[in-house]
Amino acid sequence: MEIVLTMTAVILSLAAAGAIVRIAVGPSLLDRVLASDVLLAIIGAALCIDMAVNRHLNNLMLLVALSIIGFIGSVTVARFVADRREQPNES
Amino acid sequence: MNPDASAVDALTDTVSAVFMVVGALMSLAAAVGLLRFPDLMSRMHAATKPQVLGLFLLLAAVGLQLRTWWVWPALFVAWIFQVLTVPVSAHMVGRAGYRTKHLHKELLTADELEAVVLKSADKKAADLRAKGNGRMPGEKRKTDDDGGSSVSV
Amino acid sequence: MSRRRISLRQELPLLVWLVFVWGALWQDFSPGNLLFGALIAVVVARLFYLPPVELGGRFSVLRAVPFAIVFLGKVVAASFQVLYLAVARGPKVTNAVVAVQLRSHSDLMVTATGHVISLIPGSLVVEVDRSTSTLYIHGLNVRNGEDIVNLRKEVRDTEAALIRIMGTKHELAALQQEVGA
Repeated sequence: MEIVLTMTAVILSLAAAGAIVRIAVGPSLLDRVLASDVLLAIIGAALCIDMAVNRHLNNLMLLVALSIIGFIGSVTVARFVADRREQPNES
Repeated sequence: MNPDASAVDALTDTVSAVFMVVGALMSLAAAVGLLRFPDLMSRMHAATKPQVLGLFLLLAAVGLQLRTWWVWPALFVAWIFQVLTVPVSAHMVGRAGYRTKHLHKELLTADELEAVVLKSADKKAADLRAKGNGRMPGEKRKTDDDGGSSVSV
Repeated sequence: MSRRRISLRQELPLLVWLVFVWGALWQDFSPGNLLFGALIAVVVARLFYLPPVELGGRFSVLRAVPFAIVFLGKVVAASFQVLYLAVARGPKVTNAVVAVQLRSHSDLMVTATGHVISLIPGSLVVEVDRSTSTLYIHGLNVRNGEDIVNLRKEVRDTEAALIRIMGTKHELAALQQEVGA
C-alpha cells in the first residue's frame, strides 16, 4: 500500500503541475476554466486515494460537493463568456 | 475462519491498488491532453473522459478497501452525479468556445455547424439593428421559422 | 397557471431515485429508514415541483444491462484513446464538427443520447438544435470522410440502443421498420 501511495502521489503531482501550467499559459479564459476543472478532478482523485488507503469515508460528501462546484463554476463561466460576446462589434 | 480469507484479502488489495494507480494515471492523461492538444475542443475531450473513468476506478478502489456493502450505493451516487454533470459542463464550455471562435479551422476536416452559426449570427445582428434589443442566445431555430420577417420591420 | 397533474406512475422513477439517494447518504437500508426516505421524497416531489420528464412508458432491463456494460467498456476505451492521442499525436490531431440528425424528437431521448455520446470515444456534443433534434458533434481524430461516416453511424447506433431501452412504442416501431427495410 505504501508503494501505491507514493506512486499515485507522484502521478497526481505531475498531473496537477500540468493542469496548473495550462491555467498559467491560457491562452483563453475557457482554457483556464477547463484546466481548473481538471485540477479540481485531480484534488478529488487525491481525496479518493486518501479514503482508499486509510479506509474511511469522511471525504465522500466533500467529493460530491467538489464535483458540483466544478460543474456550477464551469457552466457559469461558459455562460458568461457567451453572453459577453452577444453584443456585436466587440472583438 | 476461512482459509481462503487472506488470499481473497490479498487479491482485493492488489485489485484496488491497480485501480488506484490506473485512476491516478487517468488524471495524468487529462493533464497531458490539456498540455499537448492544439485547441480548446480537443482539450475538452482530454478533460472530460479520463475524469469519469478515473473517478470510477478510484471509487471502486475505495469500495474494495472498505469491504462493506453499504458504501457501494453512496459511491454509486457520487459517480452518477459526476457522469450526469461532466458532459453538461463540457457541452457548455464547448458551445461557448465554438461561438467565440476558439477553434483552429485548419485542424478541422469538416465543419457542418459553421453555416448554421453564421446564419444565426447574421440574423442576430440584423435583429439588434432593427429592434434595438437582442434575442436570447441559443435560439437559432428562430432563424428558420420567421426568416425575413424582422428584417422588414 | 395550469399544472398538469402527473400520475404516480410517471413520478415513480424519481421517487425511487430519491429514496435510493437517501439510503445511500445515510448508508442505512433498513426498512424504517427507507420508509421515512420515501415520505420525504413524496413531500419534496410535491413541494418542489419540476416539469415532469416525459418518459416513454417502457423500460427494458434486458437491453439496459448489456448497454450499461458496453457503455462502461466504451468509457474505458475513450480514456485510453485520449491518453494515446495525447501522447502519440499531440498537436497534430485533426478534428471535425459533424451534424447528426436523430430519429427521436423527445427531449429525454436527445439528452440521453447527448450524454452517452459525450462519454464514448472521440465525440463531444457542441450544439443541439431542438426543433430538428440535430446534434452537432465534435469528433476527435477525424481525418477523412470515412471517419465522419463512422462517427455518424456510431451516434445513430447509440440512439437506436437507447430507443430500444426506453423509447416510446412509436419510436420503437419506426426503428424496427427502418431496420427491416
